[in-house]
Amino acid sequence: MSARDPVSGADPALRRSLVTPEGVDLNLRIADVGQRIGAFAIDVIIQNVILTLFVIACGLVIAALKFKNVDHVAVIMFLGAFLLRNAWFIGFELSPRGATPGKRILGLRVASRDGGRLTAEAVITRNALREVEFFLPISFIFAAGGAKGFESGLYLMLVLWTGIFLLFPLFNRDRLRAGDLMAGTWVVQAPRRRLLPDLSDADARSGFAFTDAHLDAYGVKELHVLEQVLRNGDRKTLAAVADRIRRKIGWTADAYERDDNFLAAYYAALRSRLEQRMLLGHRRKDKFDRA
Amino acid sequence: MAQPQLKSHQFRTEREWDWRRLETLLGRVESRGPKALSDDELLEAPVLYRAALSSLSVARATSLDQGLIDYLEGLCARGYFLIYGARPRIAERFVSFFAKTWPRAVLGLWKETLVSAAILALGILVGFLLVRGNPEWFYAIVGGDMSGGRDPTASAQALRQTLYDKGEGNGLSVFAAFLFTNNAQVSLFAFALGFAFGIPTAMLIAMNGASLGAMMAVFAAKGLAFEFTGWLAIHGVTELFAIVLAGAAGFKIGLAVAFPGEKGRLDAAAEAGRVAGAVMAGVVLMLMFAGLLEGFGRQLITSDVTRYSIALATGIIWLCYFYLPRKEGGLHVRS
Repeated sequence: MSARDPVSGADPALRRSLVTPEGVDLNLRIADVGQRIGAFAIDVIIQNVILTLFVIACGLVIAALKFKNVDHVAVIMFLGAFLLRNAWFIGFELSPRGATPGKRILGLRVASRDGGRLTAEAVITRNALREVEFFLPISFIFAAGGAKGFESGLYLMLVLWTGIFLLFPLFNRDRLRAGDLMAGTWVVQAPRRRLLPDLSDADARSGFAFTDAHLDAYGVKELHVLEQVLRNGDRKTLAAVADRIRRKIGWTADAYERDDNFLAAYYAALRSRLEQRMLLGHRRKDKFDRA
Repeated sequence: MAQPQLKSHQFRTEREWDWRRLETLLGRVESRGPKALSDDELLEAPVLYRAALSSLSVARATSLDQGLIDYLEGLCARGYFLIYGARPRIAERFVSFFAKTWPRAVLGLWKETLVSAAILALGILVGFLLVRGNPEWFYAIVGGDMSGGRDPTASAQALRQTLYDKGEGNGLSVFAAFLFTNNAQVSLFAFALGFAFGIPTAMLIAMNGASLGAMMAVFAAKGLAFEFTGWLAIHGVTELFAIVLAGAAGFKIGLAVAFPGEKGRLDAAAEAGRVAGAVMAGVVLMLMFAGLLEGFGRQLITSDVTRYSIALATGIIWLCYFYLPRKEGGLHVRS
């Protein structure tokens, strides 16, 4: 196995410790750049769809009023567009979920870097800075197509300079964009996880009598890999893994033994053994750990 | 051959109900806000959260079920954000924002505010002097399409008309809404530019000042300086103050990034960002007020004396509100 977390597949470089006042480390994971871009793209798309529908609706109302006394509609249109652009991120991030719809879909949320409360000031700052981070570079990039008088050297400089902000999250460990940096926030993964069934069902072990020697072949790391294999339930992998384990522990399968039954039984027995030893103070890290 | 269940399995079966209960409560708060919980449930949530945290500690020490630990980590993180991220009610936050947070944040930025105001004043002066020396400068600074006929070639009569035009009461609300959204976007931009060490912010403010000064020179050349100032000041006091504050907030974050001082750069930036964020929330409100004054007040009130009185009153009110010493340690500058 590589250095990746066998269960969640999370890159250990994304793990951050956040110790609650009760003294427990929550072991947060920060969002990676792909998730951030994805969430922002979803938000921008939703915003634009809403804006388009909104403008069409306003246009229909104006047409229905036959272009008389349409002041109110125009006011609503200006304010609505302004709110949609600015209050979308701020409003959603101040809600209890701490996330815009895009972030919700990808299981992310905004949190304060110091573990404290996410304040309104912080949310306003992180979103106001989006102006220089995103809209400024984008408008320069688009300006290139239109303006002929723009010197290409100057243009290149501007794109580079503003591009620094756009690519800012790539250059720091916590994937902070400039707004996060100023606001003291970061974006963490907070997906809603389901409680998966416990695989250590005692019935699984009946019919298989593993000796201590059989169970001493592996440690915690292998147990977690086995858990993942069982949860995925891919038949080819199951067969391959069962084969590897049988050879390693010298187990002779009888004719009716199924791979998944064998693996479930071995998982339950191995976990039982490792947990017992853990209670006595021996946590066996992996198969090379011979305490 | 019946095997005994694992201890970690028993541990999980005994507590599972509590975890699921917490999950339900969290789900309701996250989708419908704290109001979705009854009083009993509000008291229950922290207890369940602490129980889940303790389960997580125990599970890490005794269980090798990675699925369980992942679930508990996720559940506890959600609970943590709910319990420690809880904020007072909207109404209380509103009151404390206007009573404390905003004026204190503005007071804390007084140095940056002075610098920002000085840059604006300099911009106005330069714009004024340039255009007075050579009216051709007007087109370079303001741009012909922005001025709406208020350029050096306009007659005194035409200029006077733009100052006292009643606009027939039509389209005023639209104009106000447009001005507000436009100014608010520009001020947010000026603030955000501060991140680049404050230099673009200074340029933006100076440019704004210069076009104002150029405009002033056009009217002054026709002997309408007094009238123009009244026309501008009725809303301009609030609007320019707001823009100066936005610039100050931009300088604050620019300085914090460039010269973090004794603190770490990240900490200094975060602290400055919070103060600046509070200022900016208020700036948007000030601009909304200025937009209303500009859209309605300026067109409906055409007496110079009334215009000057309103301008003076708004100026005094803002200065008192931000800078007058108050009780409860309001004098302490948060820097």
